[in-house]
Amino acid sequence: MKQKTDVPQGTLALMVLKTLDVLGSLHGYGIARRIEQISGDLLAVNQGTLYPVLLKLEQEGVIASEWGASENNRRARFYRLTREGRKQLQIETQDWQKTAALIGRFFAAKAEDLS
Amino acid sequence: MKSASSVRRFLVRVLNSASSRAHDERFKEEMEEHIALQTAENIRSGLVPAEARRQAILKFGGREAIKEDYRAERGLLGIDNFLQDIRFSLRVLRKSPSFTLVAVATLALGIGANAIVFSVMNALILHPLDVPHSQNLYQLMRGKEKAGNQSFPDYRDLRDRNRSFDQLLAYDGAIAGFDTGGDPSSAWVELVTGNYFDGLELHPYLGRLIHPSDEHGPNSAPYIVLSYAYWHARFHDDPGVIGRIVQVNKNPFTIIGVAPPEFHGTLVFFFPDFFLPMVNQQQVEEKYDLDDRGKRSVFAVMGHLKSGVTPAQAIADLNSIGADLQKSYPAADNDMTFTLAAPSLYGDYLGPPMRAFLTALTLLAGLILVAACTNLGSLFAARAADRSREVALRLALGAGRLRILRQLFTEALLISLVGGAVGLWGSVLLVRALSLWQPFAKYPIHLQVNPGASVYGLALLLAVGSGFIFGAVPVRQVMRIDAYEVIKAGSSGKPGRRLSLREVLLVTQIAICALLVTASLVAVRGLLRSVHSNFGFEPQNATLADVDLSMAGYRQDRMPAMQKRMLDAVQAIPGVDSAGLVNPAPLYAGTVSALVFSDKTADLRPANATAQSYLYKISPEYFHAARTALLSGRSFTWHDDNLAPRVAVVNTAFARRMFGSVTGAVGEYFKTDDGTRIEVVGVAEQGKYHSLTEAPQPAMFLPILQSPSSETWMVVRSTGSGANGLAASNEAQQLAPAIRHTLRGLDPALPLYIQSWTKEMDRPLFASRMAALSLGVLGVMGALLSVTGIFGMAAYSVSKRLKELSIRIALGAQRKEVLQAALGRAFKLLAVGSGAGLLLGILASRVLSSVVYQATPRDPVVLAGVVLAMLLLGLLATWIPARRALAIDPAILMRED
Repeated sequence: MKQKTDVPQGTLALMVLKTLDVLGSLHGYGIARRIEQISGDLLAVNQGTLYPVLLKLEQEGVIASEWGASENNRRARFYRLTREGRKQLQIETQDWQKTAALIGRFFAAKAEDLS
Repeated sequence: MKSASSVRRFLVRVLNSASSRAHDERFKEEMEEHIALQTAENIRSGLVPAEARRQAILKFGGREAIKEDYRAERGLLGIDNFLQDIRFSLRVLRKSPSFTLVAVATLALGIGANAIVFSVMNALILHPLDVPHSQNLYQLMRGKEKAGNQSFPDYRDLRDRNRSFDQLLAYDGAIAGFDTGGDPSSAWVELVTGNYFDGLELHPYLGRLIHPSDEHGPNSAPYIVLSYAYWHARFHDDPGVIGRIVQVNKNPFTIIGVAPPEFHGTLVFFFPDFFLPMVNQQQVEEKYDLDDRGKRSVFAVMGHLKSGVTPAQAIADLNSIGADLQKSYPAADNDMTFTLAAPSLYGDYLGPPMRAFLTALTLLAGLILVAACTNLGSLFAARAADRSREVALRLALGAGRLRILRQLFTEALLISLVGGAVGLWGSVLLVRALSLWQPFAKYPIHLQVNPGASVYGLALLLAVGSGFIFGAVPVRQVMRIDAYEVIKAGSSGKPGRRLSLREVLLVTQIAICALLVTASLVAVRGLLRSVHSNFGFEPQNATLADVDLSMAGYRQDRMPAMQKRMLDAVQAIPGVDSAGLVNPAPLYAGTVSALVFSDKTADLRPANATAQSYLYKISPEYFHAARTALLSGRSFTWHDDNLAPRVAVVNTAFARRMFGSVTGAVGEYFKTDDGTRIEVVGVAEQGKYHSLTEAPQPAMFLPILQSPSSETWMVVRSTGSGANGLAASNEAQQLAPAIRHTLRGLDPALPLYIQSWTKEMDRPLFASRMAALSLGVLGVMGALLSVTGIFGMAAYSVSKRLKELSIRIALGAQRKEVLQAALGRAFKLLAVGSGAGLLLGILASRVLSSVVYQATPRDPVVLAGVVLAMLLLGLLATWIPARRALAIDPAILMRED
């Protein structure tokens, strides 16, 4: 509560979906590690904040979860993308790219272009 | 897509709210696993185990905060917190039962009062008449007085010449003997015009209704349409009654149909038994007014406006016809202007006063609710003050202020819902009783009040609304709490002035309460006295039998003989002391009065009359049977008949007014307005004739043989001795079947109404009883509200000043001084309020004495009663706060704070 994540929730959710899309079934720690690695430690998130996001995605039906065994042979919750999740990821990727391209153009624009 | 998933998520969350434990477990397990994996990773990268775990936990982040987030995601935070709040509130409320009880009772009172008033309002005014298009149905009101009754020829002209109404229909009410071959009884009839049912757009439940085509002149349509309720009660829903021939006043009528169940005439409070065509008036009422323009005996005229016609246009139309009639018939018709009004409360006759009365009641109920809310507000403020420590602690532990407020509101709402439910339950019981209640046994008048969805809805709305209002009182208090200060320093001892507005309200409440207590005591005392006062007759141990010979088909000439036979037969019943006839029964069945003139007056104009005197036609035994004392002279005998000189017995007021003295009256003469000279043969004691509160009125008694009367009340005195009251009244009651049997033995077709005289006294006592009852109810309500008000204030003042009081005790204050410090103000307010209320009550009793016989506030019992009652209220209300103030242990309190 005191220290809000620097990453907007929607972005974190998108990262989760992409991670699961690439790596298949994964437990919470795995997802957190993966995001950390890719972002190159740029994302100084409280890892725990991942779990409420996972729960929200599961309740939306875009991911599913089940119990499985982790590396050290203990019970862990494994998450995977559902079909609906895959569709959602596709749509959101496109949206994101469109938005990013648009913002990119705005940043590239010079004063004379706007006159 | 998006919306589908959010709907799905919502449903899942609602479900999850119910199964919170399993989810908490899952999160805990995932968290443990996460930290274990991270710890392992950290060890691999070279940290010692303890440090590895510490780092892992740090990296995971604030566990509790995440857990809250997780919970928020999992279920609906609102529902979750709400359920949690409810559980917590229930626990808190259970821990302080006296507070809960007082609060619930206070609110139940407020909600109950409003629910009852609204139910009655709904039944009488808001709910439309159960006929099609009732919003478009108007009754004609004539002239400046807005009279509802019209003459039949006028009605006929208005009906045929107007261009504004679909149908103009009319009815009149009457009472008639009804005989189906078994048990003849009197029934309430509506005499209706042929177009009555068609004009009201009604369809029969069974058979057919009356139509204009049935009418072909006087007594041409001997048909009856039963009301559904009468069909149900008298014929037990037998569909075979259609076509049956029954006797109405000994004339054969055919039952042709049953009216629809929801229809009971066009007055909301009057329930006629059946309907028959007005053209048969002569058979029912022994008169035929349908051709007499001067006799305004049609009770009401009404109709649906044609579509597109406004009331103003209709009035203009009627007025032009009225002006024309006035020109054509100057002798019979004057002031023929019209207005329109709703027929359900007999137009302008009962409508506006009823509306004003109910509006006043609504205001009163609203005031009660406002007072209840004020009191609950101060109760809640007292609680909030008590709990400032708890609240501060929760704030310090990180609870949001909103969350704490929400919890307080949940408590308020719980109280309001429970209180509302209790109030509603009570009001439904009361309203049911009210619906069954028939204030006048002989008349089919009652109030059909069905508390429906609208009433429940209103109660819920009021309950929740007041919950928010009184729940909001402590908001400012909570928002101001500084956790740090409270925990450090204990409750702020700032003695600052309390809300003086609240005190003013409280004093007003107490004053009103004292006023009501005074008034109700005055009324009850007056009522008790009047029940045992002298009416000029003795209702105890007497039975009344109302016999109307015309209903059984007797003509004038056969009546006296029959009446004599009836008296002889009843007197022969064992256990009967005496029996006599009187018409009308005094104080009960209305009054008849006549102008009387001094014997010397030659010009018998009304202006020259010496007095207007009540007139009673009696048989010789009446005085003895009624126990009316004769002060001088003689009573009548059966020889005071048509052939004998006209005689009368007068009462003392008559004697004084007419002859100047009681002693010299016997042997004097007076005149009636037709010039008949009547000799006074006796003087009877003064009695009550019209109402219990009347001043002594002149009355005269005439022998029934010289002034025949078809309707008579037979007074049957039982032999029961006055000393053994209970046994005697039982005996009087047991006489009723014997009287019925004996009279039926003489003529099986006699419609009878038999009742004990004490029971019949309910009606003259009705106003006093109602006044005493309603004042009593209001007094109790006022008392309850005052108790909670004083309780709230006293509790608040003790809580606020606990610390100060404990210092006083520590410094050696005595119990008396502590109580004075803690509750002095409350008692001062009580004294001021009670004094004001008592004074107002004494003033108001002057008004009361016009309703309740012998009501006077100059009565030591009343004054002492009021003071005692208010003192008791004060003690009751301050008992708990006082005990709390006395139980203060300064050592504990000062160590803690």
